[in-house]
Amino acid sequence: MTKKYARASRPSIEDINVSIDKGEFVFFIGPTGAGKSTIIKLLLREETPNKGKIWVNDKEVVGMRSWRVPAFRRSLGCVFQDFRLLPTRTAAENVAFALEVIGKSKTVARRVVPEVLELVGLGGKEHRYPHELSGGEQQRVAIARAFVNRPLVLLADEPTGNLDPDTSVEIMRLLDRINRTGTTIVMVTHDSNIVNQMRRRVIEMEGGHVVRDQARGVYG
Amino acid sequence: MRAKYVLSEVLVGLWRNVTMTIAMIVTMAVSLAMLGASLLLYMQVSDMEDYYYTRLEVSIFFTKEATQPQMDALGAELRADPLVAEAKFETKDEAYKRFQEMFKEAPDLVNAAKSDSLPASYRVKPADPNNSQAIIDKYGKGRQGIVANAVDQRKVLSKIFEIFGGMQKLALVLAIVQGLAALLLVANTIQVAAFSKRREVAIMKLVGASNWFVQAPFVLEAVFAGVIGAILAYLTLIGAKVFIIDGTFKSLFQSTVLAPIPWSNVHLMFPILAGIAGTVSAITGWVTLRFQIKV
Repeated sequence: MTKKYARASRPSIEDINVSIDKGEFVFFIGPTGAGKSTIIKLLLREETPNKGKIWVNDKEVVGMRSWRVPAFRRSLGCVFQDFRLLPTRTAAENVAFALEVIGKSKTVARRVVPEVLELVGLGGKEHRYPHELSGGEQQRVAIARAFVNRPLVLLADEPTGNLDPDTSVEIMRLLDRINRTGTTIVMVTHDSNIVNQMRRRVIEMEGGHVVRDQARGVYG
Repeated sequence: MRAKYVLSEVLVGLWRNVTMTIAMIVTMAVSLAMLGASLLLYMQVSDMEDYYYTRLEVSIFFTKEATQPQMDALGAELRADPLVAEAKFETKDEAYKRFQEMFKEAPDLVNAAKSDSLPASYRVKPADPNNSQAIIDKYGKGRQGIVANAVDQRKVLSKIFEIFGGMQKLALVLAIVQGLAALLLVANTIQVAAFSKRREVAIMKLVGASNWFVQAPFVLEAVFAGVIGAILAYLTLIGAKVFIIDGTFKSLFQSTVLAPIPWSNVHLMFPILAGIAGTVSAITGWVTLRFQIKV
């Protein structure tokens, strides 16, 4: 993947050029306003850069026709700090929702959903509603939902931002396990403990620029 | 599964915002009923024009002083005229009988008229219905003492058609004004629906649901409301025919001039109104979503 862009809007990113290989686990770190979350938005094509090109899974995203975007997003998974679960649906229903709205049959959902919930460690809690689950469990549901379509890339925007340190570590173990299945993980964070523990590639940003790109790095 | 999902989303969406849904449907129904009435009047006027203009007669009324030989002479002249297709003499007695028949619903009027108060006349059918004025000019003038006046029925009818045309335009204007209000309500309803479902929509877009799948429930909500509105409008038109046209104004419509509005035309309104309502609502809904849910 290569991305190069110059953006004028806030928080802006300027002239950055990064390439991430398939199967990598990459942290984007840096202070608030450094443009970390903008990276996620650009990768999802929620936003487009003013200048430059972005390749994700060998597809050029910036010039992509809008009707192709839904199909493109099916090759990505995404988790957020605030989980973004539907409060009126159970854990299993939240995961199934992601399958149903892209046209997968109920039969497929019935087979795949318990599998992925088991994988994220929520076996036996399929029928709980989000408010009946802890923060860490809610984030597991969100990860299950992001992973259920077996995406090539998983984007994580501060996934541990709302969690206590112990729960954060568990979530990171889960992401690490997903990474080992061959899924590329791009994670935005400013949780220094986690970055230091994981010892993965770290890209540090400041004021819209990349100031450090280090394999097996620490928070700094 | 998809159809079932979309359908249940539509019903849930309409129910969640039920007061707005009712307002939207009622406004739409009023607009469509007006539109239907306007269309029916339009069809009515053109039917009546077709019907009457091919049967139009010029009436040449004689004065009381005209003698039978004078009237016969005019009759011979009319029959020899290439402008005239047919000329029929109507005596005073025949005219009185016809008058009694025509206004039998109004006995006071019949009783007030004496048998010799109606003039004898020639009922002339022009060879070319559009050329009736030539006959009026030729026979209506310059025969003082014999011909009282010559009347083209077209002039009488055109007054009635003007009244109908005016009613039709008024109904059309009301339909447009109500229609605009209905469309604003549709746009508003969809905005509210999109807002109340913003979490679902955000996740659907995130996981890559196709655009039509995200938008279909909202657009169908509008279409559904439009079709319900059309059904109500259709029932209103049926009610109007049963209780007003065939009820209160029955005698008016049974008199000679006004043809009754046929059921076939009323029934034809349903597919037309439903089609218009569905299409316009769908377009409004879709346009609203283009601004609301950006891809």
